[in-house]
Amino acid sequence: MDFILDPWPWYVSGPLIAIVMLLLVFFGKTFGMSSNLRTLCAMGGAGKHADFFAFDWKSQKWNLTVVAGAIIGGFVAVTFLSDQKPIALNPETVAALSELGFEKVGAALLPGELYDWDQVWSVKGMSIILIAGFLVGFGTRYAGGCTSGHAITGLSNLQLPSLIAVIGFFIGGLLMTHVLFPLIF
Amino acid sequence: MKFLKFLSVGILFGIILVKSEAVSWYRIYEMFRFEALHMHGIIGSAVGVGMLGLFLFKRMGVKDVAGNSIALPQKKKSLIRYLVGGSLFGLGWALAGACPGPMYVLIGTGNYSVVLLIFAALIGTFAYGLVKEKLPH
Repeated sequence: MDFILDPWPWYVSGPLIAIVMLLLVFFGKTFGMSSNLRTLCAMGGAGKHADFFAFDWKSQKWNLTVVAGAIIGGFVAVTFLSDQKPIALNPETVAALSELGFEKVGAALLPGELYDWDQVWSVKGMSIILIAGFLVGFGTRYAGGCTSGHAITGLSNLQLPSLIAVIGFFIGGLLMTHVLFPLIF
Repeated sequence: MKFLKFLSVGILFGIILVKSEAVSWYRIYEMFRFEALHMHGIIGSAVGVGMLGLFLFKRMGVKDVAGNSIALPQKKKSLIRYLVGGSLFGLGWALAGACPGPMYVLIGTGNYSVVLLIFAALIGTFAYGLVKEKLPH
């Protein structure tokens, strides 16, 4: 059972993600997780404020069902399929984070420095979460997709726009990690 | 129950994302520092297998469950929206350590403060909808 309980290597996980994408295509849909944010806005009545949300959100119920499944899957994986071992990060990554003031690096999925409730309710912590979330929501819609829609589906389908988007993902990600992190933390 | 297949795919997706540690903030940080093959290998092998799968679907004339030919929507040609929108998302992805798939999965793993992140992402999406017509695409 160790091969289930241990973290799965990239060469198992990557092809499995491709199978998720191919299954959705076979079901006549596409793999795009950020579209659900637009659907949820539409559900909440955002169509009254912008035409972008004035569409029949019920046509996207299938994708919200995928989201519900993903939440259940997350629960199943941590509850029944994990041994809760620390994440085997590169020691250089751990050292870099320690230098920024992070403790217990890799002990959990998320750093307490960002996601613990007492951090979240501090002015700085709340600002970080809100700004990060805003950028994800705004950026994915402007770019027309996220990691699932552009990086996995778009690149698999040889779409040049997706390649440009993925280059953008990395421009932003590298800027944040290498330039902005030392200023924030 | 026509939604059962979508629920099952979602459950599979959630399990894979946790077991691959792709939902971990630390793995995203490590990826953007190029200090491990892990995340690049996941995305790279997903794209490789995905490419092969889509190629075979088309080559073998596979039909979807409704009997339609497999045809993915083509993304509109443009530069600015992909580059600027992509970069904005990249900034958020690196800071939050989660993209829109993992955000939901993390709720299931018991990291409930992620709900605030999703709330902020909804505000960001809503803001885009408001200013969409004024942005270059």
